[in-house]
Amino acid sequence: MRIMTIPGIFLLAAAGLVLFIKAFPVLKDNGLWKLLSSGSWKPSAGEFGFLPFIVSTLWVSAIAILIALPLSILSSIYLSSYASETIRRIFRPVIDLLSGIPPVIYGVWGTLTIVPFIAGNIAPALGSGSSGYSILAGGIVLAVMIIPLLTGLLAEIFRSIPSGMTEASLSLGATRWQTVKRVMLRRAFPGIAAVTVMALSRALGETMAVLMVCGNRIGIPKSAIDAGYPLPALIANNYGEMLSVPGYESALMFAALVLFAIVFFFSGISRIILNRLEKRFQY
Amino acid sequence: MTTTNHSLKIEHLSVSIADQRILKDINLTIPGRKITCIIGPSGCGKSTFLKSLNRMHDENPDARVSGRILLNNNDIYDRDMDVTGIRKTMGLLAQHPCPLPMSVFDNVAYGPRIHGTARKKDIAGVVEHHLKLAGLWDEVMNKLHTPASKLSLGQQQRLCLARGLATGPEYILGDEATSSLDPISTKKIEELFIRLKEEYTIILVTHILRQARRLADYVVFMYLGEIIEAGPADSFFTDPQRQLTKDYIAGSFS
Repeated sequence: MRIMTIPGIFLLAAAGLVLFIKAFPVLKDNGLWKLLSSGSWKPSAGEFGFLPFIVSTLWVSAIAILIALPLSILSSIYLSSYASETIRRIFRPVIDLLSGIPPVIYGVWGTLTIVPFIAGNIAPALGSGSSGYSILAGGIVLAVMIIPLLTGLLAEIFRSIPSGMTEASLSLGATRWQTVKRVMLRRAFPGIAAVTVMALSRALGETMAVLMVCGNRIGIPKSAIDAGYPLPALIANNYGEMLSVPGYESALMFAALVLFAIVFFFSGISRIILNRLEKRFQY
Repeated sequence: MTTTNHSLKIEHLSVSIADQRILKDINLTIPGRKITCIIGPSGCGKSTFLKSLNRMHDENPDARVSGRILLNNNDIYDRDMDVTGIRKTMGLLAQHPCPLPMSVFDNVAYGPRIHGTARKKDIAGVVEHHLKLAGLWDEVMNKLHTPASKLSLGQQQRLCLARGLATGPEYILGDEATSSLDPISTKKIEELFIRLKEEYTIILVTHILRQARRLADYVVFMYLGEIIEAGPADSFFTDPQRQLTKDYIAGSFS
């Protein structure tokens, strides 16, 4: 069976290698540190500072996870241990359907509802102006996109908890909520962590929906209602014209490499944390 | 420990699950501070009966319960009755040991903590006391903070017993509590039951006749959801009244 993982590893290495080769010219001209830490983006002058894009990507993904995770945990707990069989039967296909909707539709929905809402309600409430096309809009749309994914996976994790374990807690006179809090969440913790990283990777890489609502203005966003420009949006928006400016192609390939590295980094970190957790929570 | 009389009376209890009648008009008085063994072939409704005593059927939306179960003259199925209180009174020892996903210590402390029955500084004492009561203290005193699932099955079952006892029940319900254990662990649990009946009323479901002979003060024989015969262990085993009981005791069917 182990041999079957070789194609997967090979693909991963090949993708990384190709990106690296393509990104090499811009790396050679600017140096890694300057590319990552500079905020100046002037392709025609040969200046490629990726910091605004990296910051935007991390902001949008963090907001998405912060919104999506608590909601998903609560709704999956409801579905797995409170909801009646009828409700479950209705919601399971709905959740599957929601996770299958193309991102562009979420993007359109975001521009029609979330963006005006931020411009008209949230920004004035914070005492500042915003077009609505912002990091926050991107985070909210992304959250709505990953909630079905998270909820479905988490409900599966909660359902996999042996019924004897929850019954043991209930038969000791614990209420359902006490059982959820003290037994189910504890038992499911490594699973929740793993699923969260999966959702995070999805959020980091999501392109279309984010591109449509984030504003795509180059500059380090100062607040959540500022416009931002995440890495995937940068690549998608400029892919068509990259050949017209020298070094631009290589720069976009570097953007892809950075995205690749970020996702890789988070998966790696999570793997380490998960191993620790599983040791601590091996009950 | 309270010295009140334990009074448990079951009147016209019927249970159906998904429209199938599992228990039919059960009437029974459980003698206090004795071991009552409920015997009968598998599928006769023994476990269903036990589950109705701590209202675990509440968790199954397909289960319907009718009749009354009078605990100290209060019907536990009364609307005003607090389910968690009933389950606290009726400690259940399940068929398979099922430690909670936490340490040995936290397992025993679970009940006192959720019910707030022990102050923080007393918890350690409560845990120690009940681990000793379950005869497990000497074996786990040096690994109180290891995951409970690391213990052997027999130890896990005694841990579950300690956990149940720490919640402060008056009744112990054992649902074939030794069926997944080795003979030595089984013997330990059985000895515990005999020791514990001085303070607790113990109701054991078992399909092992010899176990019932070893432990029971009072025996209830069930068949196809009905009580065929019930009586003190001596007369039950030596002089059964019904033909079905005689056949079962003789081992003609099981």
